[in-house]
Amino acid sequence: MEPIIHIEGIHKYFGHVHALRGVSLDIYKGEVVVVIGPSGSGKSTLLRCINRLEEFDKGQIVVDGITLDSAENINVVRTEVGMVFQQFNLFPHLSVLENVTLAQTVVRKRNPVEAKKTGMQLLEKVGIPEKAHVYPLQLSGGQQQRVAIARALAMNPKIMLFDEPTSALDPEMIQEVLDVMTALAKEGMTMVVVSHEMGFARAAANRAILMDEGLIVEEAPPNVLFTNPTNERTKLFLSKVLQ
Amino acid sequence: MVSSIKPGETKENTGNKKSFYFDRWWLLLVAVIVIIILLITFKPDPFKRILLFVSDGIGVTIYTTLVSFVLVLFFGLLAGLGRISTNKILNGAATVYVELVRGIPLLVQLMFWYFAFPSVIQGLGNFLSIEGLIKYRANPILMAIIGLTFCYAAYMSEVYRAGIQSISKGQMEAARSLGMNYFQSMRFIILPQAIRVILPPVGNEFITLLKDSSLVSVVAVADITRRGREFMAANFIPIQTWVMVALLYLVLTLFSARIVTWIERKTKLER
Repeated sequence: MEPIIHIEGIHKYFGHVHALRGVSLDIYKGEVVVVIGPSGSGKSTLLRCINRLEEFDKGQIVVDGITLDSAENINVVRTEVGMVFQQFNLFPHLSVLENVTLAQTVVRKRNPVEAKKTGMQLLEKVGIPEKAHVYPLQLSGGQQQRVAIARALAMNPKIMLFDEPTSALDPEMIQEVLDVMTALAKEGMTMVVVSHEMGFARAAANRAILMDEGLIVEEAPPNVLFTNPTNERTKLFLSKVLQ
Repeated sequence: MVSSIKPGETKENTGNKKSFYFDRWWLLLVAVIVIIILLITFKPDPFKRILLFVSDGIGVTIYTTLVSFVLVLFFGLLAGLGRISTNKILNGAATVYVELVRGIPLLVQLMFWYFAFPSVIQGLGNFLSIEGLIKYRANPILMAIIGLTFCYAAYMSEVYRAGIQSISKGQMEAARSLGMNYFQSMRFIILPQAIRVILPPVGNEFITLLKDSSLVSVVAVADITRRGREFMAANFIPIQTWVMVALLYLVLTLFSARIVTWIERKTKLER
């Protein structure tokens, strides 16, 4: 089977910092992959390379058969790949519903009525239809992140990328976001999640990957990686995280 | 599910800040207008005479300022986008333009556009033997508008640049990750937010432009200032003339300031 995301020998430099040192990874349709690792290990950079928010210096990425090379291809890939950010990045000047409908009408060229209908369905899916006409800054962090997920889903993406989606949230709001993500995973969405939420990884992920210093150190099913890691670096990292 | 929205959370129900209202600073404008009315009522000679003589300049000042400002908003945005562009040629061109233009006094620039520019065109016409160019004559108001626009678009580009750069990088990334291209992201996400941020300095630029439009009086445009000078030259009453001219400018600037404040309130983000 063809992988839906094919990453081959990616190198990325930030000035003199060699952030990614030849990462290769294949992700298949319907897979949920959780990426963990210490800060500065390159996990967010790798994720951002998949929809080319970050340029890479060497290597190749193919998403759903489309190579990320021309500006045109990058835009096509971006419409097929949803992204959820640590800081939510909702559009504060638009209502919650407008946040979810804008790209549908502007990029997908759906008519406003249809876009609204899809938007309301998605807001119900993430559990906040009653906030449709509120502005994002009036919502809690957890609610904002759920709107952000709905906004990305509105484009009917084939792949969802999550860049530390719960790291900016108060502890009591983390679960509501993870619940939405778990439900999404159960529906068969292909997901790449940078997160240290072990509970989510165990419940929803097929694979867990540990990155360190710009390289993939170890990959295994989450239960195996978390309880029985083979690599010394993985053991060290987990001993710190799991305390 | 729209029906489940609680009344307190609807857009329409978030206070009356969208409706027009008069803050106390309107009193300042009212005071200036009252003074003008008192002057022309109780001292019609010379104040009413001055007002009548200068009044056709009011329209010229307003027209020149408004037309220039609309052009400034447009060209300032282009130059501002050039300043933040990663394209080296666009960025370089915009930077050279801004640095040069804001380094030359506006009065000198206006002189150039009215006196020197037509000579350049005529010289070019002679060189290329094009009849139309040789006969070129400068239109004062057109040259004044070009001069004001050319200068103020450079200032405005810096305002736009600051406004756009004040919007967090995540907004552009979120827009791009949804598949919007650069212009769609600018149009729907970045600029609507940046414009709210830059409204106070933009309003400031407008008021400064309104006042600086008095400089066009030296290039044969019959604005308020030029009409004031003409009146003074004929009647030799400088104090009354310039008091009246100053009061007229105050009416325009104080009114503009109130409108800017009103627009600011109207477009404030809900949080």
